[in-house]
Amino acid sequence: MITLPLLPRNDWHGQVALHAGQTVTLAAFVRDVKALATQLPENVHVINLCTDRYLFALGFFAAALRNTITLLPNAVSAEMYAQLRGEFPNLLALSEAGCNAGGLPELRVTRTGHGAAPLEMPQIPAERVVARLYTSGSTGIPQPHDKRWGKLIANILAAAQAQWAWTQGPCSVLGTVPAQHMFGFESSVLLPLLGGGILLPERPFFPADIAASLAVMPRPRAFITAPYHLRTLLESGVALPPVDLIICATAPLSQQLAAQAENAMHTVLAEIYGSTETGQIATRRTVMTNEWLCFKGIHLTDRDDRTWASGGHIEEAIALGDIIEHCASDDDGRARFILHGRLGDMINIAGKRTSLAYLNGILNGIDGVVDGVFVQPDDEMPGAAARLSAYVVAPGLKPNDILDALRQHIDPVFMPRPLSFVAELPRNNTGKLPRAALQALSAKSTTHD
Amino acid sequence: MSTDQTDSIAFEREVAQLIVEALNLETPAESIAPEAPLFGEGLGLDSIDVLEVSLVVSKRYGVQLRADNQDNTHIFTSLRTLAAHIAQHRSK
Repeated sequence: MITLPLLPRNDWHGQVALHAGQTVTLAAFVRDVKALATQLPENVHVINLCTDRYLFALGFFAAALRNTITLLPNAVSAEMYAQLRGEFPNLLALSEAGCNAGGLPELRVTRTGHGAAPLEMPQIPAERVVARLYTSGSTGIPQPHDKRWGKLIANILAAAQAQWAWTQGPCSVLGTVPAQHMFGFESSVLLPLLGGGILLPERPFFPADIAASLAVMPRPRAFITAPYHLRTLLESGVALPPVDLIICATAPLSQQLAAQAENAMHTVLAEIYGSTETGQIATRRTVMTNEWLCFKGIHLTDRDDRTWASGGHIEEAIALGDIIEHCASDDDGRARFILHGRLGDMINIAGKRTSLAYLNGILNGIDGVVDGVFVQPDDEMPGAAARLSAYVVAPGLKPNDILDALRQHIDPVFMPRPLSFVAELPRNNTGKLPRAALQALSAKSTTHD
Repeated sequence: MSTDQTDSIAFEREVAQLIVEALNLETPAESIAPEAPLFGEGLGLDSIDVLEVSLVVSKRYGVQLRADNQDNTHIFTSLRTLAAHIAQHRSK
């Protein structure tokens, strides 16, 4: 059985994280993980709700050590929680102070490691499933994707090799994205710990908070963020400290915004392309090129009108949700490509993905809704979070009846804005809704207030 | 009603208008109740909206909102709390 170490490093006195203002050494981290692992009950699945990234990491690594799968749902909705509880009656929430665990049994994650005796690095089997992430899938029904320890580590080490090349070595890492979603999980939690850097625990939100947190980071500094956070940060007018690397993902970034960020923070901005299913598979320095360069070992092939990614750390071939144009490989044989937007039905808002088919199914499943359709915004401004709108035929319902029902099922970022009531939808004789007809509707519809 | 109260109500209307414009809301500014929750069940704002609002607030009033003053959630509790925070800290 092949096993891999909890962390691929052995500098016991080296710093791996900062927590509550204190340096956390590798030895202290391993002791914290082992101590938490002994508190985990047998035969549970865990959902990790910690926003403090250090506590999140303790929870994840302790669970992995105990052969306990960490569930990372894609969307936060009452329905998702209910579904997970139905599937896993033994679901346990790993929580921190102030957490709302939605009625789940909780284990409060704290630092309880102690002692000074020499340590051995724990080993975890490469084949062990350590995380299960959920995506909407093409049908809109959440699809689980299991991540095995060995592949996950390979994923992060490939990312570390690509990213640390910009900074000539590992960085301290601060993120504005949640640890619970794939990009934040990979880049803000696993990258610093597995890639030899320093994990910073906070998740600053307002621009002034982000600037303050960046200013006190040890150099070199890597800043993990998403286009809409980056745009508000740059537009806010707060004074920005220099950083050594910005890693940005979840939605395409314009070259203009990338250049603005590089100038304002005297840095290199590397974008990441990936998905929950594949993990991170390609990167580019956005100001230099519109071509993405795949990580070593990743293959892209066209089949059945889709582009499939395979090889490297990818568990099994995955159909990508984007339109891809292949370019010539680089000298190392690494694949290159250009992105031409999403496939028709897929939606990505603020890094959260779903499909129109799923949203329309939910809308039309509401009692009293005769017909209804979600519509994507026309032009997506890169860096802005464009909103969906919806048209609905529902004579007996009030706007709030529909919004309340939707809120039970879908993530808040997909809530329609506006929601328009119409007498009927302009379906053509095949039952489809031509986009032009929908746009004509918007002029005469009444919107909710 | 005192002048202060009249002023703060007028300022709440101004901030309501700013929110509606910043977020392209269909809701008329005057229908945002001063004490109704801005999040979830009320106006239905989410964290993306909060960032947008914080941006226009910084541009218009010179107030950089901070989360670590213990007021992160309190500031956005309602139109009234947000307007009061801005009024107290504005530099323009």
